[in-house]
Amino acid sequence: MDGIHDLGGREGFGPVVVEADEPVFHADWERRVWGMAMAAFAGGVCNGGQFRHSIERMDPVHYLSSRYYEHWLTGLATWTVERGLVDHAELERRAGGAFPLSRPVLAPVVADPGQDVESPRFAVGDRVRVRATSHRGHTRAPQFVRGRGGVVVRVDRPFPMPDVEAHTADGRTRREPVYCVRFDAGELWGDSAEPGAVVCVDLWESYLEEAG
Amino acid sequence: MSEHDHAHTPAPVERRAEAVEGALVDGGHVRPQDVETFARLYEDEIGPMNGARVVAKAWVDPDYRERLLADGTAAIAELGFGGPEGGYLIAVENTEAVHNVVVCTLCSCYPWPLLGLPPDWYKSAPYRSRVVREPRAVLAEMGCEVPDDVEIRVWDSTAETRYLVVPQRPAGTDGLDEQALAGLVTRDSMIGVARL
Repeated sequence: MDGIHDLGGREGFGPVVVEADEPVFHADWERRVWGMAMAAFAGGVCNGGQFRHSIERMDPVHYLSSRYYEHWLTGLATWTVERGLVDHAELERRAGGAFPLSRPVLAPVVADPGQDVESPRFAVGDRVRVRATSHRGHTRAPQFVRGRGGVVVRVDRPFPMPDVEAHTADGRTRREPVYCVRFDAGELWGDSAEPGAVVCVDLWESYLEEAG
Repeated sequence: MSEHDHAHTPAPVERRAEAVEGALVDGGHVRPQDVETFARLYEDEIGPMNGARVVAKAWVDPDYRERLLADGTAAIAELGFGGPEGGYLIAVENTEAVHNVVVCTLCSCYPWPLLGLPPDWYKSAPYRSRVVREPRAVLAEMGCEVPDDVEIRVWDSTAETRYLVVPQRPAGTDGLDEQALAGLVTRDSMIGVARL
């Protein structure tokens, strides 16, 4: 999904604001949201792709104007409401006001996760290009590398495919090899690229094609 | 503000957090004691002091350094580190020619077992958007001057891999033991936004 969360390369944001001696949590509610999300994951309430996609579907204005743990809170509430584990009206009653959730899933349900891919198609040194397709659902292929060419610098073992695990009815997925691909800054940013910079991005096999 | 808008003003986030926790606990989906256990663990026991131990050991023990760079997951397990967000760790070493820096442009992926939970700036839109596009400028703004002849390698944690930057050992520390060296290693140097 080409959502607001996909921030790599966006322009217009200002300086990185660093807080000295920052606490782990800034308020008790942040601490509790984190603890309850971890407890929910441990209990199998959702997988990583399902949870991340529940956050990615937040209204963009809400996403950019809320604190990080409010993303977690909104994502967890959205997912558990969608799964029927909790009731939205009940959440609003308990909260004593409106409880904004993320927007509905745009992508269709994946009926068949497909077969695991065990042997990697690419090797270190191969030139590859990220497929330029746009994904309506969850994906970990950032927009700033789509359509761009790079070189495989590391081949990782097969890992669960996020685009699938977020969209099967039961969270099943297939595994695919993951590649660390190095992109020269000039390939990504053209004339405005800083000299002497490269960006390495970890990409699942189906995101990639051979560079012509 | 119209009545309609007022009805849709979100409840305070504290109340929304209580509402979800209450509903999940009452529904049997979350055990209340687990919420506390997880929060305490990452407040008290898991933090940058873990990563600092790994880095200091790599500085003093060439064999360990080699193992860390070859198989980070196994090497941190030797010191008892692993678990959530640490199941596949890659260590990247700064040298005279290369400076490494880590980001997660899509969310907030970070090597929890070694660094704890990420600071706000790491999760912020400015850092995530800018460090892949203008890393040298962002690092300089953050007080980390990287010489022009040093390549900057930005690692975007888009998959299951979590990255640890092994900073260069500061000059003049030959006499220090491993424990004293660990005390020099900062969180920011292991993310790559600081040099020691």
